[in-house]
Amino acid sequence: MIARAAGLAVLVAAIAAFPLFMGSYPVKLLQEILIFGLFAMSLDLLMGYTGMVSFGHSAFFGIGAYVAALALVKSPGLTSALLLPAAVAAVGALLIGYFSIRVSGVYFIMLTLAFSQMFYAVAFQNAFLGAEDGLVGIPRPTVAGWSIGSLGRFHAYLIAIEGLLALFLWRVTRSPFGHVLRGIHENEARMQAVGYPVRRYKLAAFVIAGTVAGIAGALYTQFQGSVSPDAFFWTTSGQALLMVIIGGTGTLGGAMLGAAAFILLQSLVSSYTERWMLILGVTFVLLVLFAPGGIVGTLRGRVGLRA
Amino acid sequence: MPTDLFAQALNGLSYGVLLFLLSVGLTLIFGMLDVVNLAHGSFYMLGAYAGLALIAATGNFWLSLALAPVSVGIIGAAVERSCLRPLYRRGPLDQVLLTFGLIYVFEDLVKWIWGGRIRSIPTPDLFSGSVTLLGATIPSYRVFVIGFGLVMALALWLLIERTRLGAIIRAGVFDAEMSAGMGINVSRVFTLVFAFGAALAGLSGVIAGPIQSAYPPMGASILIPALIVVAVGGLGSLKGSLAGSLVIGQAETFGKAWLPGASMLIIYVVMAAILLFRPQGFFGRALK
Repeated sequence: MIARAAGLAVLVAAIAAFPLFMGSYPVKLLQEILIFGLFAMSLDLLMGYTGMVSFGHSAFFGIGAYVAALALVKSPGLTSALLLPAAVAAVGALLIGYFSIRVSGVYFIMLTLAFSQMFYAVAFQNAFLGAEDGLVGIPRPTVAGWSIGSLGRFHAYLIAIEGLLALFLWRVTRSPFGHVLRGIHENEARMQAVGYPVRRYKLAAFVIAGTVAGIAGALYTQFQGSVSPDAFFWTTSGQALLMVIIGGTGTLGGAMLGAAAFILLQSLVSSYTERWMLILGVTFVLLVLFAPGGIVGTLRGRVGLRA
Repeated sequence: MPTDLFAQALNGLSYGVLLFLLSVGLTLIFGMLDVVNLAHGSFYMLGAYAGLALIAATGNFWLSLALAPVSVGIIGAAVERSCLRPLYRRGPLDQVLLTFGLIYVFEDLVKWIWGGRIRSIPTPDLFSGSVTLLGATIPSYRVFVIGFGLVMALALWLLIERTRLGAIIRAGVFDAEMSAGMGINVSRVFTLVFAFGAALAGLSGVIAGPIQSAYPPMGASILIPALIVVAVGGLGSLKGSLAGSLVIGQAETFGKAWLPGASMLIIYVVMAAILLFRPQGFFGRALK
């Protein structure tokens, strides 16, 4: 336990100190991993813990990204950068969740997929949202009088938010609430019979996941300085699913690991060959076939690593 | 104006017919194998590229129209045997995820072989002109697409409703486990249905070629309207697939003409409106 905590502390310190001894390209890569890792972790709360496979998680990522973009242009503060995107994403998740959780399995997949594509359609054709090109030239926020425009300051800001949210998600999964979610994953009918209001729990999980995904989207806008309708496109949800599966479902750390594997594969393989999509696809297919537990699950099985 | 309306309706009909060929496979595969095949759009794309290659090799559109679906069907059979078969015992979600991975594989393979840019597919000489129907001038190829699609719909209906094989497929869609209990080799029928669905998607891709050209992401984009058709028509239903395709085809086409600013949203609104009143779609069995 102490060894694990120490290991984690060293890892966090290394990630935080990364810009001190690395150039700007690796730092940007790390920041992208952290942002998509957060997005994947929020999806893992749904998929890995509650057993709700959503193909529409990009809806909240996109909402967060667009709200942050619109708000930051007006006033570059923390409210615009985080609070407003999180709030709007939460409301969006409440609405979409309210309708979607009535069905389960493949119907849930199709319904969430359709909802996220609706947002894509609106973003793609609405001039106010920049249509096809999206919104560009988004300023980064000013936090307590500090502008976080530079790479190093943005890194510190990102680490702080990511750390808080990762801790929050971890606490959620370890709370009594989280245990009920796992119970729903294991046997929904039994949880219902025992007397838990299953739908309410599922909706709460959906809203929490959507809110965190919204913050991830808002961070992505600040990272890129722009946002495009692709944030909403259904393959963005698919990518997050890939990350969760590659890393291992039901282990928040696995989602982050999967994001790292995905983005590193994409950027490293693409610098040697154009065939990164093929390699990624084949890797993913093989993982689903032979290692459904992902990286973390396989490690646990082979090396005896424990949760 | 009525002439214009008529031309639009015909355009919508030709798009609907393409969607029908695509969604039949999707709905049968779902009904029987319980798999939402996200790679179904990839088979459509593979059909378009197989058509492109065969036309380049043989110079004959009609030969390509016959052969491309066969080659896509073989790929489909291989996918079902090698990738999906081991997952049947694991539940539908792993299968959905696997088919998502296949999208990447097929899209990149196609990029590798044919490059990433848009490739146009020539319209066959026989239908390169245009015809005037009730005052509306439309490309004769579209008339061919409509006619071909309707003939295919009839043939499929006869196959599913009037033949022994069709009866086996219907039994499998209704209850695969019970069919196996009755002595039907369900495993072979699974492969057959998957390959057949893939071939129809491929056929749809070849036919769409001269209208929409071929480009690698075409599979991921067409999948969404096809899924909507399946949801609107009712999962696992052939009739539903036809009705859903025709409705969505018209909605999309008239949306583009009348509400260009919100045309992409129209099909979702139509879907939501239909599912609000009939959650199981036109011809689906009631949800549990």
